[in-house]
Amino acid sequence: MNRYTWKTFTLEVALISFAAIFLFPIYILINLAIRKITNLDTVYTPTTQPTLENFKDSWIEGGLFGAVINTSIVTVTSVVFIVLFASFASYPLARITSKWSKSLFFFVIGGLLIPYQLALLPLYITFRDLHLLGTLPSLIIFYIGREMPLAIFLYTAFLRNIPREYEEAAAIDGAGNVKTFTNVVLPLLRPITGTVIILTGVFVYNDFFTPLLYLSGTGNQTTTVALAQFVQEYRSYWNLVFAGLIMASTPILIVFFAMQKTVIKGFGGGLKG
Amino acid sequence: MLPALIFYIFVVIYPSFQGFKFAFTDWSGFTKEYNWAGLTQFRRVLEDSDTRGALWHTFVIAIGVTIFQNLLGLLLALGLFSKIKSRNLLRTLFFAPAVVAPVATSYLWQYMYAPKGPINSLLETLGLENLAQDWLGDPSTVLNSIIVVVIWQFAGYSMVIFLAGLEGVPKELIEAAGIDGANYIQRFWFVIRPFLYPAITVTLMLSIIGGFKLFDQVFILTGGGPGQASQTISTMMYRNAFLFGEFAFSTALAVLLTVFVSIFSAIQYFLITKIDKT
Repeated sequence: MNRYTWKTFTLEVALISFAAIFLFPIYILINLAIRKITNLDTVYTPTTQPTLENFKDSWIEGGLFGAVINTSIVTVTSVVFIVLFASFASYPLARITSKWSKSLFFFVIGGLLIPYQLALLPLYITFRDLHLLGTLPSLIIFYIGREMPLAIFLYTAFLRNIPREYEEAAAIDGAGNVKTFTNVVLPLLRPITGTVIILTGVFVYNDFFTPLLYLSGTGNQTTTVALAQFVQEYRSYWNLVFAGLIMASTPILIVFFAMQKTVIKGFGGGLKG
Repeated sequence: MLPALIFYIFVVIYPSFQGFKFAFTDWSGFTKEYNWAGLTQFRRVLEDSDTRGALWHTFVIAIGVTIFQNLLGLLLALGLFSKIKSRNLLRTLFFAPAVVAPVATSYLWQYMYAPKGPINSLLETLGLENLAQDWLGDPSTVLNSIIVVVIWQFAGYSMVIFLAGLEGVPKELIEAAGIDGANYIQRFWFVIRPFLYPAITVTLMLSIIGGFKLFDQVFILTGGGPGQASQTISTMMYRNAFLFGEFAFSTALAVLLTVFVSIFSAIQYFLITKIDKT
């Protein structure tokens, strides 16, 4: 178990070989994105004279800038409200043991089992009647409600494992309910808040179906929809397309690589409650 | 408490009830009027061969993804839960595709699968040109090709959940079993496996739900084609609601999707709990 044996070495070689096959598409992606359109070498010949032209062109042609800004606004706003509403709502759900609190908890996490496709169409009509269709708030409202069950589930499960003593000590010191929550409970919630931000943030940033429905035919676009339209138009210029794919994925990849330990922990442990 | 409930009810509960209601009407979505139509929409789902096909494709994809994504995820997790030097780097690499938009990975794979694309030209270089084919253009390979894309992107997600489960296995137990002469398979089956059930439940549930709802990958890779060979419930819903103005028909499909997801989640949950207890 503790030594690096020849068996470990074989395993290492096998896994690295698999990783090489696994990453083949990524190699093609980068290799073509940095290649001049006039370069007609086979796709797996390494590009010797890299250029950033494709990135510049697809950035301008694809309207990616506005789309990335829109997506960032939607993601940040949604996640802030999700964290705010869910953490406040979970506190009584975790601490009050009455019957209504339990039923309310199941009422909320029941939403985890409803595929969002069912609600999307009727909500489309509601948004249309409210003249919200085609606006960013329609997406933000949708994501806040849609992610409530997951966020409340994570917060409540986490809170139930925190001993009450902290809060009781605060109460003895004369802190009211609200003060106890903001000064004592909220700081304790930091680790699970990381998980909630990551899981909901990645979902919102990458979602395609909702903006496709709610923003179609307007100038407002999110990254995924802008990408889809850009590719439809430039399908035969794969060098441009690939540069666009890389740029659209860069923001989320930066976040991922900067905090990979937290992200991996969030995805791995988050749903176990 | 109140803001959370208001948003949840407005976005999830109320429209889901509306969805259930509209599935039993003839509503077009564009007018306010609708008439009750009983089970008409559900009968149409069963009578239309394209829609029946879409139901079947959805099953094939959901089950294929669930089985192979989790098998691969488990193998990777076991391989990387070891003393190899590159384990942290490899964990990051295998997981990275899971944070990228499926729209982006699907375009990449559309190029990979093209008749003259990298996969076929690699096969030719290796002298395997008789294996080269039109991966997305041939009805007999298109579903498997879509499944591969989903697994490529999300096997790392399953791996990460399994790794979290493996962290929970007491190291002394594994070592003791090793000293007692248990080989790797015995150690896995008798020592590690019982600790993995919570992780198995979570990742199975996620891949079942993800597989049944699959939209982005199909919409981008094939648009449901060639012909109708890769339509799924979700792409049919989109098509019927927004191209044909058949909102009632689409909500009926959404109701069926909800029923399937619930049934399969429940089956896997009871199976795993039952196995866990024995």
